[in-house]
Amino acid sequence: MNILVCIKQVPNTDKIKIDKETNTLIRNNVESIINPFDTYALEFALRIKDQYKETKITAITMGPLQAKKALESAYALGIDNAILISDKKFGGSDTLATSYILAKSIEYLQKENNLFDLILCGKQAIDGDTAQVGPELAEHLNIAQVTYVKEIKIENNSFIVTKETDEGEQTLKVGKNSLLTITKPKFEPRFSSLSMKIKAKKKEIIQYDLSVLENIDKSKIGLKGSPTKVIKTYVNSTEKKSITFEGNSLNKAKEIYKILEKNI
Amino acid sequence: MKEINNELWVFIECFKSGKPKNIGLELLNEANRITKNKNIKVVALIFGYKLSNAIKTVIFSKADKIIYIDNINLQNYTTALYTHNFYNLVKKYKPHSILIGATSIGRDMAPRLSCRLNTGLTADCTSIKIEEDNNNILWTRPTFGGNLMAEIICNNNYPQMGTIRAGVFKKPILDTNRESLLIEEDYIPCENKIELLGEILDSENEEINLEEAKIIVSAGLGVKNEKGLNLVRELASTLGASLGASRAVVDENLISRIHQVGQTGKNVSPKIYIACGISGAIQHIVAMKTSDIIIAINTDEEAPIFDYADYKIVGDIFEILPLLINEIKSKKIKNLNY
Repeated sequence: MNILVCIKQVPNTDKIKIDKETNTLIRNNVESIINPFDTYALEFALRIKDQYKETKITAITMGPLQAKKALESAYALGIDNAILISDKKFGGSDTLATSYILAKSIEYLQKENNLFDLILCGKQAIDGDTAQVGPELAEHLNIAQVTYVKEIKIENNSFIVTKETDEGEQTLKVGKNSLLTITKPKFEPRFSSLSMKIKAKKKEIIQYDLSVLENIDKSKIGLKGSPTKVIKTYVNSTEKKSITFEGNSLNKAKEIYKILEKNI
Repeated sequence: MKEINNELWVFIECFKSGKPKNIGLELLNEANRITKNKNIKVVALIFGYKLSNAIKTVIFSKADKIIYIDNINLQNYTTALYTHNFYNLVKKYKPHSILIGATSIGRDMAPRLSCRLNTGLTADCTSIKIEEDNNNILWTRPTFGGNLMAEIICNNNYPQMGTIRAGVFKKPILDTNRESLLIEEDYIPCENKIELLGEILDSENEEINLEEAKIIVSAGLGVKNEKGLNLVRELASTLGASLGASRAVVDENLISRIHQVGQTGKNVSPKIYIACGISGAIQHIVAMKTSDIIIAINTDEEAPIFDYADYKIVGDIFEILPLLINEIKSKKIKNLNY
């Protein structure tokens, strides 16, 4: 089995605080992590490898050079190959441009090797939260997609996947060469051991830039190639005028009741 | 696309029964509001099977034009078939912009469609505006785990597209005197590489799911155990509300993930959200803070949830909830058929 996992290095949004004086985000000293949903995608790939030893897992990420750290962490978990897609001209890409660059990189990879049996992405990144790059990547590659997958089983030459929907869940059968976006599964992803971490530092990270990816149309990348533009950002003011109910529990229950009665 | 029609499209997502989901009607209402006194037509697009009631509801909700495909192959959502049929209609009619609900279906289909159309898409918006002079849509969305709001524009590619969260806009008031221009389009088949083997519907009544709920009573780790959760459950059923939960409660295996409100669960925006023993991690907050009224009960005075609550109750749910349930049962809030 030949699996590609798309990962993204993100700031840990849990740790971001708001400077109440300037109303801006305090981003200093915020650690970079692999997007949590991507760690679930890695875990699914690793579980398939646990079961089918000949499986090869490639992790790919697009970002600045420091994104190598995310690939190193992936190596420490047990992947086989890592690719960093990095070029100054890629900066400022929106989801359409990003998915285009990823698709072109994957096409380049697949030209030299076999097609990937499975491409896994996290359902969304916790910084942008768009959940768009996965489906857009599948569209660029013209392959089938299943989003919000929380279970994968291999059956003959197909994958039986469980997908979360708004109303419950669906079991679907997809063939090879499909893209799945992964949501939180029942299990927690594994940790890397110290010896794996040390070994990971010596592993090769292949780097692609525009000089390698000649198949990329430069009008479709970066800020200029992105159809959507961020005009401004602002900190969401959270201050709310709230009313506190005092007194004993019965009194509090009665006050809540009044609010419900008035608003239902 | 060179010639663009001054049409704002709204995708009306339907249940398998053919009934339209609230989200589409909410978007239709907002589309009508923001296009008032502008030379823009509001067009509803409906896909599904046995759509006569859905079409009626949409007419009464107000739409200048309705384009629909009523076909059994569209009863169940599939990425390939929905995207293909939607794409063909966009190519044919060339709308200026498209609003799609940020449901699990909308968030699956919209990026696929926008990519095929080579246009931009803004995800999970909480507000939309039309710019005065040029009719461009200004999309506003939360980002960075809800810490930041971003205003986004897509002014060189068409159609301008966005997915919008459920519950941020009001549903329209139906008026049976309204009329719309009706256009029925043919279903166009295409290859579908995915086979549906089975489906579990969690909410027995599909209309009482979290995204559509008017009242949500939600449990946090403050429930401690099954007994605490049952109190929250009882309050929910007494109010005819949907039951939500924080991730911590789900991770403790007290309740299934379908109930989870949060970044890894569902985004909700009910009229009333009652947070019982929820401390308020940012991932939970971003998914529920657009609720109209937030009532929070927590023993910890410093719990972050209180920063977002309209009504703060510092107290123990094990004491307050039985009293509240009793109060509701004894007085019976009239008209629970909201």
